[in-house]
Amino acid sequence: MAEQFELTQEMKDQIGWESQPWTWEITTTSVRAFARGVGYTDPVYYDIDAAKKAGYRNLPAPPTYLGTTVFIPGKTDDTFSFPPGFSPNINAGMTGLLDGGTEIEYFDTICAGDTLTSVNRLSDLSVKESKSLGKMLIISTETTFTNQKKKVVAIQRIQIIFY
Amino acid sequence: MTITWKNINEGDTLPELKKKPGLTQLVKYAAGSGDFNPLHHDYNFFQAKAIGSIIVHGRFKYASLGEFVSNWLGHNGFIKNISCQYRGMDFPDKQLTCKGVVSRKWEEGGEKLVELTVSVDNEDGKQTTPGKVIVAFKN
Repeated sequence: MAEQFELTQEMKDQIGWESQPWTWEITTTSVRAFARGVGYTDPVYYDIDAAKKAGYRNLPAPPTYLGTTVFIPGKTDDTFSFPPGFSPNINAGMTGLLDGGTEIEYFDTICAGDTLTSVNRLSDLSVKESKSLGKMLIISTETTFTNQKKKVVAIQRIQIIFY
Repeated sequence: MTITWKNINEGDTLPELKKKPGLTQLVKYAAGSGDFNPLHHDYNFFQAKAIGSIIVHGRFKYASLGEFVSNWLGHNGFIKNISCQYRGMDFPDKQLTCKGVVSRKWEEGGEKLVELTVSVDNEDGKQTTPGKVIVAFKN
């Protein structure tokens, strides 16, 4: 718990920071693994014939799934599988980490066979006080996903809490 | 039965989705999503020890809201926006219930839209993960 934590100017100056782009494929195997992880029983997320009957060109990415990053040892984040250099470098000295909230805005359907390129942007930093966790640093980021046709297909906005 | 925009009314409730994810399900989710935060599978991880348990991934609950809406929609529309906030922790082997109601129905820019107010509730009926979903219907 961090009692004395304050946002520094150095931290605030990073608002607007953008990551390098990182590209990965949505694959039939990754869609199935995600659907299985969530517990889907709908065959559209597992069986290509069922997906085509439902009007998709291949297995659709289930809602909230934006692919599993290509893992390269020593580059990709070992815990969260984030691309290298994906996260803003905000070192607040806090070790407790929780997810605050997630929003995905979709502009087109994402299917297996698509290639997505993500760019992450630090959109805001704020400090809040929680009764149980003490002072919390809220890091808000916005990730833009562009497909192989150069179309922005999704924007994900998240809040990460450090305490 | 095929669900259509025409037949939906504000105030309609969606069929509930209940699930009781155990450690094995959370491990499957970790593998499927790439999120290997030990807080979701390792009881010896410092944060899990401090909390007293591993906890369900917030993003598992978010994805479950997606499953819940997808089951209802039956691929007759497109999810334009799905969001939630993680207001409370959930623990393995406890029942989670996804609930939702049609909170708005309207047309805009030629699109037939519906807003759903959704949540994941714990066994005490507390909304640990409230959210909103906007769907555009094909028909």
